[in-house]
Amino acid sequence: MRDFISTVGRSAVAAAFLFFLSLSLPSYGAIDVYTFDDEEKSERFAELMNELRCPKCQNQNLTDSNAGLAKDLKDRAYELILEGQSNDEVVDYLVERYGDFITYRPPLRLGTGLLWFGPLVLFVLVVLGFVIRRRGEGVTLLVDDELDRQRLKEILDDDH
Amino acid sequence: MKKQIYYVLPLLIFIAMGALFWKALSHDPSLLPSARIGKAVPEFELTRLSDVSQAIGREALLGEVSLLNVWATWCPSCRVEHPMLLKLAQQGVLIRGLNYKDERSAAQSYLRNHGDPYEWVIYDEKGSLGLDLGVYGAPETYVIDHLGFVRFRHVGVVSSEVWLGTIKPVVDQLKQQALESQAVESS
Repeated sequence: MRDFISTVGRSAVAAAFLFFLSLSLPSYGAIDVYTFDDEEKSERFAELMNELRCPKCQNQNLTDSNAGLAKDLKDRAYELILEGQSNDEVVDYLVERYGDFITYRPPLRLGTGLLWFGPLVLFVLVVLGFVIRRRGEGVTLLVDDELDRQRLKEILDDDH
Repeated sequence: MKKQIYYVLPLLIFIAMGALFWKALSHDPSLLPSARIGKAVPEFELTRLSDVSQAIGREALLGEVSLLNVWATWCPSCRVEHPMLLKLAQQGVLIRGLNYKDERSAAQSYLRNHGDPYEWVIYDEKGSLGLDLGVYGAPETYVIDHLGFVRFRHVGVVSSEVWLGTIKPVVDQLKQQALESQAVESS
């Protein structure tokens, strides 16, 4: 009997839990939706929103940002894409107004050269540094010690 | 001799990084350069804040060197800035307003209650002119020359230091240029 009551009690608690869980579902509904009549535009729009940076809440792209300005920019980009502009044209449009900062893919210019090639140059320098050091070590080991060199020569000669 | 370089190198790197970080301390990354500097104020068709029926466009900005101040009643920094603008207007500085994404009635009563430093105010409910100008937060203050070109932008509150240190020199220089070009035209 007691087992029966506890089983009923447990299922009641579980049912209540599930009931309250279901109450929280509608909160997912509040997302701005931009609808397109053609799939290609919809994909382009999504891609664009991921590549554009919100000037107000820095380091968030337009998709993630919920600042008022980000919404304005999204709305404008949406209109431009509906009008049939290409992604490059929309980016140019926004760069004209907000500068290079707006895009996560800055154009290649004299001023942005460091941004584009800096990491590569650094990488090459580090690799070069390693190579030079390695080589240096090898040479000093062989040359430094006259005794070592003689022994090495003997070993090599023995081989023949 | 060559080995010694390795001992000095970390110190040099440390000094270089220190200098870089020291410089970064006084650099505010939220201040963006305006992409509109040296370009014409974009075309717009809006109404005056004071009167729904009164249209206003780019032509209104031509003729004189002026400040275009972007403000809104929802913007706390604009309230901080307001007394300074009133003072400047009293000194004879020509200030025009761009009421940005605001409610018309709220903005009107704000100017009635706190004083009105503006010659006139453009009412930009949707923020469309703001977007075309590259406004990303209020308050922003643009210096517009007599030909309607954007010459300078200040983001944030116009304090007396900002006015004297950065904005006023630009305005004075532009006024001088405007006078000179007028003299050339009339001669």
